Amino acid sequence: MKTFALLATLATGILLLYGTRDFAPWGDPASPASSHVSRVYIERAVEETHVPNLVSAILGDYRSYDTMFETVVIYCAGLAVVSVLRRNRS
Amino acid sequence: MIWQLDQFVLLLVVICAVAVITVRDLLSAAVIFGVYSFLMCLLWAKMGAVDVAFTEATVGAGISTVLFIAAIFRTTRRSKD
Amino acid sequence: MKLLQERAKGRPAGDSLIIRTSVRLLVPFIQLYGLYVIVHGHYSPGGGFQGGVVLGASFILLALAYDLKTSLRYMSEGANVLLGNAGVLIFIGIAVLCALLGGLFLDYAALARLIPMAAEEWRSFGIFLVELGVGLTVMSSMVSLFWDLASGGDMEEGL
Repeated sequence: MKTFALLATLATGILLLYGTRDFAPWGDPASPASSHVSRVYIERAVEETHVPNLVSAILGDYRSYDTMFETVVIYCAGLAVVSVLRRNRS
Repeated sequence: MIWQLDQFVLLLVVICAVAVITVRDLLSAAVIFGVYSFLMCLLWAKMGAVDVAFTEATVGAGISTVLFIAAIFRTTRRSKD
Repeated sequence: MKLLQERAKGRPAGDSLIIRTSVRLLVPFIQLYGLYVIVHGHYSPGGGFQGGVVLGASFILLALAYDLKTSLRYMSEGANVLLGNAGVLIFIGIAVLCALLGGLFLDYAALARLIPMAAEEWRSFGIFLVELGVGLTVMSSMVSLFWDLASGGDMEEGL
């Protein structure tokens, strides 16, 4: 069983490493990920939101719907742990 | 970029990842996981993603290690398998 | 030396004067740094999530160095729940308020009908308000996670 697990892990690792061959070079401005909307953000974020930190501008303004539900997910996780574990010893 | 430093940190990351799943003592595993998080934080910062590095340092190395230790404190320290 | 050893024998293991004093001196600066990370997220790396985690870590540090009761004295359980709820309500309230005032959902520029400012300034200020909400929620979640995990749920004695 352990050899089978090792073989499965090695096969997955080799497949993943093989998949990285098709990645764009690091920081390539012409790669598909950074040629769709990010150019617009980089060019216009400072004049539209007056926020020099681009990450804050995207997280808080352009993609704030994402951030909102991220907050709700964290809140729900805390609520779930409290409702499962909290008890009064009395 | 100093690529030797990059390779060295990557090697340490792999060593830490293997050590986390092989070590028997769960407290040691939690601490090695914290080391792993700090090395990943170094890699993020080197790649220029400083926000992600900050999150990794605070959440991965700070809070999650403390939560793991709290869970170990309430259960058992020895791994069964 | 003998006296110190005898005095240290009476206390439980890991209970050190150096750790207590340094934590007591350090905690206000950690909280100030957390607020700085939230507020200064517009200009430097950081933001609501990281600042909230740093703020929560200060209370966790108090609970680790002293005991759970001390951190409960600094931040009561009711206040923690209240702050967590307030954080989510700030975020969603601002989003709904933008929609009610005639803009799109989460379009902070619509808030200019409430307080007249330029659209860009409102977008910058709206990001700040939203990050404040995120920070409050994350702080409350982290602190209550640690309290419940370390005490087994009954808030009596922790780590």
